[in-house]
Amino acid sequence: MSWVLDEQRRMLRDSAQAFLSERAPVSHLRALRDTADARGYSPALWRGFGEQGYAATLVPEDHGGLGLGVCEAGLIAEQIGHVLAPTPFFGTAVLAAWLLARAGSAAQQQAWLPRIAAGDAVLALAVDEGPKHRPAALQTRALRSGGGWRLDGAKVLVVDGHVADALIVAAQADDGVALLLVPAGTPGLVVERTVMVDAHNAARATLTGVQVGDDARLGPVAEGRARLDGVLDVGRAVIASELLGLADEVFERSVGYLLQRRQFDRLIGEFQALQHRAAELFCDLELARALVRQAQAALDAGSADAPRLVAQAKARAGLSANRAVQEGVQLHGGIGMTDELEIGFFMKRARVLQELLGDAGYLMDRAAVMAGY
Amino acid sequence: MNDTVSLDEFRAETRAWLQANCPPDMRQPMKSEADVCWGGRRFRFQSEAQRQWLQRMGERGWTVPTWPREYGGGGLTRAQAAVLREEMAALKCRVPLQSFGIWMLGPALLKYGSEEQKRQYLPPIARGEIRWCQGYSEPNAGSDLASLATRAEVDGDHFVVSGQKIWTSYADEADWIFCLVRTDTAKKHTGISFLLIDMDSPGVSTKPIRLISGKSPFCETFFDGVRVPMANLVGMLNDGWTVAKYLLQHEREMIGAIGERSTPRPVGRVALEAIGTDAQGRLDDPALRAEIARFEVDEAAFRAWMKMAGEQARTGEASPALSSALKYYGAELNKRRWELMMAAGGADALEWEGERSNEGAAARTWLRTKANSIEGGTSEVQLNVVAKRILGLPGV
Repeated sequence: MSWVLDEQRRMLRDSAQAFLSERAPVSHLRALRDTADARGYSPALWRGFGEQGYAATLVPEDHGGLGLGVCEAGLIAEQIGHVLAPTPFFGTAVLAAWLLARAGSAAQQQAWLPRIAAGDAVLALAVDEGPKHRPAALQTRALRSGGGWRLDGAKVLVVDGHVADALIVAAQADDGVALLLVPAGTPGLVVERTVMVDAHNAARATLTGVQVGDDARLGPVAEGRARLDGVLDVGRAVIASELLGLADEVFERSVGYLLQRRQFDRLIGEFQALQHRAAELFCDLELARALVRQAQAALDAGSADAPRLVAQAKARAGLSANRAVQEGVQLHGGIGMTDELEIGFFMKRARVLQELLGDAGYLMDRAAVMAGY
Repeated sequence: MNDTVSLDEFRAETRAWLQANCPPDMRQPMKSEADVCWGGRRFRFQSEAQRQWLQRMGERGWTVPTWPREYGGGGLTRAQAAVLREEMAALKCRVPLQSFGIWMLGPALLKYGSEEQKRQYLPPIARGEIRWCQGYSEPNAGSDLASLATRAEVDGDHFVVSGQKIWTSYADEADWIFCLVRTDTAKKHTGISFLLIDMDSPGVSTKPIRLISGKSPFCETFFDGVRVPMANLVGMLNDGWTVAKYLLQHEREMIGAIGERSTPRPVGRVALEAIGTDAQGRLDDPALRAEIARFEVDEAAFRAWMKMAGEQARTGEASPALSSALKYYGAELNKRRWELMMAAGGADALEWEGERSNEGAAARTWLRTKANSIEGGTSEVQLNVVAKRILGLPGV
């Protein structure tokens, strides 16, 4: 694998950075929050993701996509982390696109993949059911009924759930995990937006006797568990990148503040107590960066140790980002507590991203089990 | 394309040669520090296989693969050296020779030594015939190394050296010492010179320091009017600090080598064998298990970071001070590893003597690691360097 970005990836990163800093600086998120925007994202920005090709990253080429890998999706997510842009990129262009490309029928792929690539559709993956991410024990049931499926259960933390054209619901069937596409508005499906601490989109969904045809199924039920594990790993690896970008941004702003704020007639950056904390944080970020890159390369190469590396990488990125935002507020002092300074937005987003698809405790337990202890 | 083809050929030849020449005993993992081959006039080989392996690799220059052939090296490109490392790892070949000559003095001589010095000193390092030790620290010059006071006064075509060095690793087993000495008392950093001294010279004496591990890898080294030829000066007079700084940077390679030398046993595995599992098949000590899992995340991340830093260094993206960050983290990580190893071992790890505990190997290693964050620049000094040279924060 290549540890340093090659020319092509560098161009992708620079393009995403330029696009996002112009179209979606943190003030974009603030405006959506302060106007209590009903959608919680900007369809125009999402179409911009389509025009730029970002939404097409994981979409195969024969469906109008770029056919790139998790490494590339990660580079875009990293830049999203720098500005906290609330877009359907993660739920739609990463999770849904990956699942559809691998498990979707020809009809499903035709219906959705070109629209995803264009930044024209929004999809949402519904997995979690309680306060903690526990995908191994799904309570939502999928029963075969009338040649199709009947769904009953409740989902939480469904990213973009209230604005999605369809939900991909993971449910326990008798002989495996069913992944079922449920269009918005299907009778029995109730989606309630949950306004979140980070002002990003999430929803609760209840499914009561929801009936869908067998053509709603993504792949064989017998393969559902493996597909679910696969998409969760891809999601974790991409979240890890967003955490990394977010942490880099906070770190840069914090070191900048140490070089600007004067107290006791000197720059506070001269104090060794603060220097050491900044230097330790630098190490934490490089550790996370290296592990995230390794995990994403392992995923793209389909290597057997990818799941363990991904678990470790997201855990590490979460811990590093957590430290970055804690130090970010503390190093900024009183102004760090104000809503006007953007540091708080980063702290809130880091909290959500740590929880999403498994926190460090869950992931380290997972890695330990895979290591056999 | 040609490069790839020739590199593939080189790989095939290398593999064949290693298979034919690396004795089976030298393909067993090292069990302890005692298995390390340091070379030198006083070194006692543990086995004929160890001697043979050193001799064969030394003749080929593969103890120092990238040094030029005329100085006893292998003359390999970095890419070829990487192939050699990979093939050695694949066959589980032990590193044939470790030494401060390879890690530290050699690179400094290649850059700052005269032609005559290179021809005189480098080949015996490559063949493992001369073992070097490092004379930097003094009782009153630790982290503030440039305050060192060992004097070297010019007397005709000789220096006369008087003073005391401390923490000289294996000085009692080394043949030569490379030293920082004061040649101008009026200046601090610019009054220091870099000198090579034969440990057999009259007036040199050593005294081992007994450490908390019960072992004595370090000495005090005394110089009492030792006469050293002027020809043994490396670089310019009073410019030894430049050489020393360059040499310190090369410790980065040593730190890198620690990572590549061998993959240590996973702590989780060690704990599993000692403690056993609960009904769910998990380590039967949930708190320790969580700590180990956290440690293994950081260990995996550190390994990845070293690889990333290596590539960043090759492509010119790395700050030279990055070695300080790696040194800091690697040292702290190794200390954590051995705290966990002790917890995993429990009472067994507390035994100090006897065959069952391999003469207290675990406890002694645990204690040894406490020096990791002191030697070669304390963790605090490394963090200072990172803050100033990488992050650009102000200060002394």
